[in-house]
Amino acid sequence: MTHQVSSPTRFTTGLSVRDGRDPALNQAPKAVKIDVEHLSFFYGVKRALEDISLQIQANLVTAFIGPSGCGKSTFLRTLNRMNDIIPGARIEGHVRIDGLDAYASGVDVVKLRRKVGMVFQKSNPFPKTIFENVAYGLRINGLAASKSELAGRVEESLKQAALWGEVKDRLHESALAMSGGQQQRLCIARALAIRPDIILMDEPASALDPIATQRIEELVYDLKQAYTIVIVTHNMQQAARISDHTAFFWLGRLVEYDRTDKIFTNPSEKLTEDYVTGRFG
Amino acid sequence: MNRDRLRRLISSAFVGACALAVLLALVPLAMVLFFVVRQGIGSLNLAFFTSMPRPVGEAGGGMANAIVGTLMLTGIASLMAVPVGVMSGIYMSEYAGTWLAIALRFAADTLNGVPSIVIGVFAYGIAVLPFKQFSALAGGFALGIMMIPIIARTTEELLLLVPNALREGALALGATRARAVFTVIVPAALPGIITGIVLALARIAGETAPLLFTSFNNRFFSRALTQPISSLTVQIYTYAISPYDDWHRQAWAGALVLVGFVLTCSLLARIATARIRRLRG
Repeated sequence: MTHQVSSPTRFTTGLSVRDGRDPALNQAPKAVKIDVEHLSFFYGVKRALEDISLQIQANLVTAFIGPSGCGKSTFLRTLNRMNDIIPGARIEGHVRIDGLDAYASGVDVVKLRRKVGMVFQKSNPFPKTIFENVAYGLRINGLAASKSELAGRVEESLKQAALWGEVKDRLHESALAMSGGQQQRLCIARALAIRPDIILMDEPASALDPIATQRIEELVYDLKQAYTIVIVTHNMQQAARISDHTAFFWLGRLVEYDRTDKIFTNPSEKLTEDYVTGRFG
Repeated sequence: MNRDRLRRLISSAFVGACALAVLLALVPLAMVLFFVVRQGIGSLNLAFFTSMPRPVGEAGGGMANAIVGTLMLTGIASLMAVPVGVMSGIYMSEYAGTWLAIALRFAADTLNGVPSIVIGVFAYGIAVLPFKQFSALAGGFALGIMMIPIIARTTEELLLLVPNALREGALALGATRARAVFTVIVPAALPGIITGIVLALARIAGETAPLLFTSFNNRFFSRALTQPISSLTVQIYTYAISPYDDWHRQAWAGALVLVGFVLTCSLLARIATARIRRLRG
């Protein structure tokens, strides 16, 4: 790698409200949903993320791009504290969700994860029926008072995930018998069922064929009406197609964060330009 | 001879040697089955299962009390070993890196290697001597101690095979650690755990040494937990070392029943596992 980066301060975050301007957005700025300030993350002594600050706005799709190992997935997982289960992981800085510090002492991780849902790279349906998969989060969080309410919310979630029509006649069959694309939409339905505000998606379509990928992308587009979506992808076309804002990560640093069209057509950083034009990565 | 032919020849010779080793390993099993069936089948009839042992010199009779005794002893052992074994297996897999888990694993492996006669003497010391009474409970206790490490290690290994993605999926939906273990991870490994329990059961059903000092033997039909109780293995042992031909024939029949029980257990376990796997896709 020949790219020399002098210091993190050289990197631009065009959307940062902190420096007093919001040059990229023509429409009225939306509310800040996630506010990350000087976040560093360590696996033992290895620093995986270095001093990251950015603000993610409500009801938009924000994409994280960058080469493998750049820290984009690690960063995504700091937002709902999924890294907590990794032994030796440590964090510095702040993550505020709706103004509340997610890492403050006394924060209930269970509540945080209920608010910040997640869909994983590899679909991970539980070895249960389709119905029970969607009902799982409702049951463990005690979110449905009656059987009919439970059934109603399962149906609603499956409809939101554009899966209802395909599965309504086999709700009580194993989820593992579904196709890969259906399984991933089931995982989205499962995340939607507990009505989070934010949905984190970690390369949700990377293991799917183009048609299944397209369905996921359409779904993401529809879901942003009601949710704030943060999606990690290594597919730049996908980021360009579905996201409003894009953050480019490189070697654990946030290189550039701006409106997606600007990142892909007129990036401020040479490094970003090299990456989006396919010169490395 | 050219090199290709030599290479193929060496390859075939190696595969042939492996096949021969398999055959050699199977020969003793086949011979055991053959002799047990040949010697035992003649004395096996309905009366063997339903009637009591007859006094010396009187032909016929059966091992009804020993069959019931073996079922009771293995039942007591399971009641004790299944909860303890499964729970310690869960602990060892959930807290895999901790010193306690490492110590537990080492202890389980050591206990697994302790000769069964030693287990019998140990159980004699703590479950027979203080009460001045051989008993079914003491026998079940000795067998249970043998079962615990088998079940614990099987459970641990099967839980470790459950993909981490399932755990993350449950946590991301707001499950606590215990919730994730009991609603997702253990159910996912359940077919294997049940197979492990059944195989442990089959293994201890054939134990004689731990029972000699604990449940001893009983010429009569007993269902009392605090009294000595008969078991197939001890009965076979008693009959086999006796000088009477009729008792020798009974011992062969008892051995056949025991082998049949163990084989049935193993087969049932395999079939159940295969069926559950298929149902889950």
